[in-house]
Amino acid sequence: MSDTFQLDGAAVPFEPGQTVMQAALAAGHYIPHLCYHPEFKPHGSCKLCTVKVNGRTTASCTMPAEANLNVESNIEELNALRRTLVQMLFAEGNHFCPSCEKSGNCMLQALGYDLEVHATGFRHLYPDRPLDASHPDVLLDFNRCILCELCVRASSEVDGKNVFALSGRGITKHLIVNAESGKLSDTDFALYDKAMQVCPVGVILPKRVGFSQPIGERRYDKRPISAQALDDAPRQVDTSGNCEACEDPT
Amino acid sequence: MTDTLETAAHPENLRRVAIDPVSRVEGHGKVTLLLDENDRVHQVRLHIVEFRGFEKFIQGRPYWEAPVMVQRLCGICPVSHHLAASKAMDMIVGATLTPTAEKVRRLMHYGQILQSHALHFFHLCSPDLLFGFDSDVAKRNIVGIVAAYPDIAKQGVLLRKFGQEVIRITAGKRVHGTGSIPGGVNKNVSLEERDYLLKDIEQIVTWSRESVGIARKLFEQNLDLYNNFGRFKAHTLNIVRADGAMDLYHGGLRARDMDGKTLFDHYDYSHYWDVIFEDVKPWSYMKFPFLRSLGTENGWYRVGPLSRVTQCDFIPTPLAEAERKAFMAFDGGKAAGATLGFHWARMIEMLHAAEQIRELLLDPDLQGNDLVSKGVRQERGVGVIEAPRGTLIHHYKVDENDQIVRCNLIVSTTHNNQAMNEAIRQVARQFIDGKKLTEGLLNHIEVAIRAFDPCLSCATHALGKMPLEVELLDAEGGRVDMLTRSSDGTFACQSDHA
Ligand code: SF4
Ligand code: FES
Repeated sequence: MSDTFQLDGAAVPFEPGQTVMQAALAAGHYIPHLCYHPEFKPHGSCKLCTVKVNGRTTASCTMPAEANLNVESNIEELNALRRTLVQMLFAEGNHFCPSCEKSGNCMLQALGYDLEVHATGFRHLYPDRPLDASHPDVLLDFNRCILCELCVRASSEVDGKNVFALSGRGITKHLIVNAESGKLSDTDFALYDKAMQVCPVGVILPKRVGFSQPIGERRYDKRPISAQALDDAPRQVDTSGNCEACEDPT
Repeated sequence: MTDTLETAAHPENLRRVAIDPVSRVEGHGKVTLLLDENDRVHQVRLHIVEFRGFEKFIQGRPYWEAPVMVQRLCGICPVSHHLAASKAMDMIVGATLTPTAEKVRRLMHYGQILQSHALHFFHLCSPDLLFGFDSDVAKRNIVGIVAAYPDIAKQGVLLRKFGQEVIRITAGKRVHGTGSIPGGVNKNVSLEERDYLLKDIEQIVTWSRESVGIARKLFEQNLDLYNNFGRFKAHTLNIVRADGAMDLYHGGLRARDMDGKTLFDHYDYSHYWDVIFEDVKPWSYMKFPFLRSLGTENGWYRVGPLSRVTQCDFIPTPLAEAERKAFMAFDGGKAAGATLGFHWARMIEMLHAAEQIRELLLDPDLQGNDLVSKGVRQERGVGVIEAPRGTLIHHYKVDENDQIVRCNLIVSTTHNNQAMNEAIRQVARQFIDGKKLTEGLLNHIEVAIRAFDPCLSCATHALGKMPLEVELLDAEGGRVDMLTRSSDGTFACQSDHA
C-alpha cells in the first residue's frame, strides 16, 4: 500500500518521486494547469496549478508529493486567484477568441470557460507582435503566446533542434526563434516536430488548415478541459484494482 | 433652399439641427440639417461612422482567417461578410466549389437574408409603417407592436429565429460561425439537421408570403404617401445570374441608369474597379462609390432589395416571381420606383429566400462529403455577394507567405451613401422645409434612412432605445431648443430662452 496525501478531503496515493500534480491526475483528481504537460519536466511558471499545502501556497506541478500532506485545490480562494491569472494572460497578449483558429482547441480559452472567467478584468495591453509567416508550412502568431516554454522544451528535449527560446525579462519577455534572421524559415523546424504539437494556445499553427474543423467537433466543444486533462494523464488503479483509462472502451 | 441641399451656400447664419444618432438602424449615424430663420432647409447630410481601420487591421493576418475575422465588421449580418470573404479566398486558393460546398453556402446565405429581412421589417420598421411616421412616439417601437399586433410581432420573431437556425446548422453557430472556409465548407448538413429545418419550412414560406401581403397593403392604404415619400430617380447596381435571374449568392454585375438603360451587364466582378470607383468627401467618413462611365458627380447609384427586385429579369422561385410581377405592375409601376418600395421588395426577397431554403433542403447534395477543393494559388481574390442590404465587395491581395497585404471592402451601405443622402434631402423638401420642427417631422428623415436598412457601423445594435438628441442652434451657435429622447423612449423638450 503506497503512501497517501489528502487533496480536498480525499486520500490520494502516490509513488515516490511523483509531484502533487502527477499523483492527483493519476488518481483522477483535476488540478487546473497550463504549463504542465505530462511528457515534460515541470516548469512551474504559469501558477495556475497553485494549491495550498498545509496552509501555504505552492505550485502543485513542482511540489513533490509527501505522505500526509494536506492539499487544498478546489476552493474559492484559489479559484479566484486562478481566474485573475487567466484574466492577466488574456490582457497581456492579443487573444480574439471569435476569430482565432485555435478556438475550441485552446487550453487558455477552455480554462477560462471552466473557471467561469466572464469579464476581462484588466485593461488590455495590446502588444504589437508581428506574425512570422516565413516558413512554408508553419505560421507563428506570437500574439497569443503565454510563455509556457513547452515548445522550447519540446524542440530541445525531443526534437533536438532548439528552435525556440524566451528572451527579455518581465513584461518584455517574449518568444524568439533561434536563427540569425529570427525567422522560422531559417531553422530546420518541420511540421512533424514535437514542438508543433505542444502549444496550448494558438501560436504554432500548421498553415492553410485553420477552421477546417467544424464547431461542435473541436476538442473542448464536447467536454470541459477538467474532464479531458484526466484522459491525458497516466492513471493509477483504484482500490478495487480497476483503471478507468486502461479499460478497453469497446 | 438650394438645389442639391448637399452644401449650403452661406452656412454661417444658419441654425444646425442634428439627429444623432439615427435610431432603429444598425450602428451609429447622424443627420445634420441647416435651417434659416424661416425654417427653410439649406443643407442636409447623413454622416456615418464607418468601418474605420478594419482594412488596416486585417493586414498581415493569414488569408484563411479572413472569412471568420471579417464577421466582426457587423453584428447583424456577419454571414454576408463571412461568405464574401470566403468567395474571395476561393479565388486565392484557385478553387472551384464542389456542389455540396456551394449549396451549403447558399443555404447559409438564404438563412441570413431571411433573418436579416425579418429583423428589419418587423423589429425596426413596423412601428413607423403600422402606426404612422409621426404617431405617438411612446408607442412607436417594437413593444408597441407587440401590444397592438401580437400575431405580426410573433411571426417576425419566428421568421428571424428560423433564419438563425439555418445559419447555426450551416455555420456552426448563430454568430461568428466558421462553416465557410477557403475553397469550400467545413461541414455538410446531416439528415437530422435537414429534417429539423424541414419541419417548419412550410410555415415559414406561408408567413413570408403573408409578409409580402402586409407590405402591399401598406401601399394600397396610403397610395400617395408611399408612392411619393422621398422619391427620387437613381441608377442601380446588383448582381444577376447568367440568365438574368435574381441570384443573391453569385453572378455578374448589372448596372442600369435611372431611365433603365443598361450600362453594363454580366460584368465579371473580379475587375470591379474598372467600372466602380470610390470618391471621398470632406464631411463624411464614408466613401462615395460611383459608376466610372458616368463620373463622380452623376455616377452614384442605389443597391439593395429595391434594385435587385426591379432589375432582375425574373425570380427563379414561383411564389416570389408572382409577387415581383405584381409589385412591378402596381399602380402603373409607381411602387417599383418609390423609396418605400424597398420594404415591399425586401419582403419579396424574404419569400424568395424561404422558397430557396425549401428547395435546397430537399437537395441530396447537402449530405455530400466532398467539401473542399483547391487549385492553382492566386495572388488576388475578389468576392462579391448580394448581402441583405445590397452588393458587398471584398477584395484581397495575399503574398507568397499567405499573409493578407491589402484589403478593400465596399459594403452595401457605402454603395447607398449618396442615394440615402438624396432620399433624406427629398424628404426635407417635402416635409420639413418651411415648417416648425417636431419630433414626428424629424422621424420622417429617419423613416427614409431606415427604408434602405443601412448598417451604419459594426457591432453596435440597439432597437429604438438609442438616446436621441436634437438641438436647435441660433445663428451664433447658441442653443434655442433641445429635444431629447432618453433610453426608455420618453421625450423632453428644453428651451434655453425662457
Ligand atoms: S509558443 Fe505556445 S508553447 Fe511556445 S511558449 Fe508560447 S504558448 Fe508556450
Ligand atoms: S501548471 Fe504548474 S505552474 Fe503552470
